[in-house]
Amino acid sequence: MMDILELSNSLHTYLIIAALLFGIGIYGLVQRQTFIGMLISAELILSGASLNFMAFNHFLAPDPTVGQLFTLFIMAIAAAEAAIALSIIIAVYRNYKSIDTEDVKDLQG
Amino acid sequence: MISLFTVEGLSGLLFLGFIGLTLAGALIATNARSLIRSVASLALCFLGVAGLYYYLNSPFVALMQILIYVGAVCVTIIFAVMLAESSELKQVTRRNVLVGPLAFLVSGLLVWGLAGLALKTEWLSFVYLANWGKVEDLGQSLLTTYSMSFELISVVLLVAVVGSLVLARAGRDK
Repeated sequence: MMDILELSNSLHTYLIIAALLFGIGIYGLVQRQTFIGMLISAELILSGASLNFMAFNHFLAPDPTVGQLFTLFIMAIAAAEAAIALSIIIAVYRNYKSIDTEDVKDLQG
Repeated sequence: MISLFTVEGLSGLLFLGFIGLTLAGALIATNARSLIRSVASLALCFLGVAGLYYYLNSPFVALMQILIYVGAVCVTIIFAVMLAESSELKQVTRRNVLVGPLAFLVSGLLVWGLAGLALKTEWLSFVYLANWGKVEDLGQSLLTTYSMSFELISVVLLVAVVGSLVLARAGRDK
């Protein structure tokens, strides 16, 4: 039996958790029916990517600050993205009285 | 084999707890019916990810994760949910019965591929030095090597704030 208490010392653990987060995010992005739900799934995808960067930074990188800085930049971009997306959602809600993706079909063609 | 009742054993147990928190939070966030519940479990998931960052020897990024994601992003999403979610529970109208299984299939394939790649690749072994990547180094490289991107990201944040104000404000006078 592999020692389950030593998992935090292995790169593979972090990579698999990040892959799971990414997959769960993609699943939610496809399956969710409201804009806010899709935004939540996009945040999950971003945090999966950040976890990958941090893991590579800790275990493999010759310059140990690059991954942490990249994760900080991802956080800033995610905050900006969340602000913009939420204000768009509120504008859509004001016009359509709904945040369901099925109700906003005017641009479908 | 580490005994459970040592410092290493307890920290390993805590690590397992953080993994469970992350994955359970992510699963509930994508599957919960009500939006407010999925935002709350998103906050739980981010707390778990912050714990994982702590184990990766970067407590600064862990604190930033809690501060920005749990403190700012989740609260903003909760505001939007309170402003925009319709009060009566609409009955769920499925566009297509195939969407759920198809989404599961696609994401399962992605996870399988990524995890397989991660396990099969021969990563170059690298000796980790205990003092690398401290907050001092972070601050120094933010102000020297990456100062341009640092300034640019503040411009991006400013533009995002102004843009979201304009977007949320438009049409309100009617």
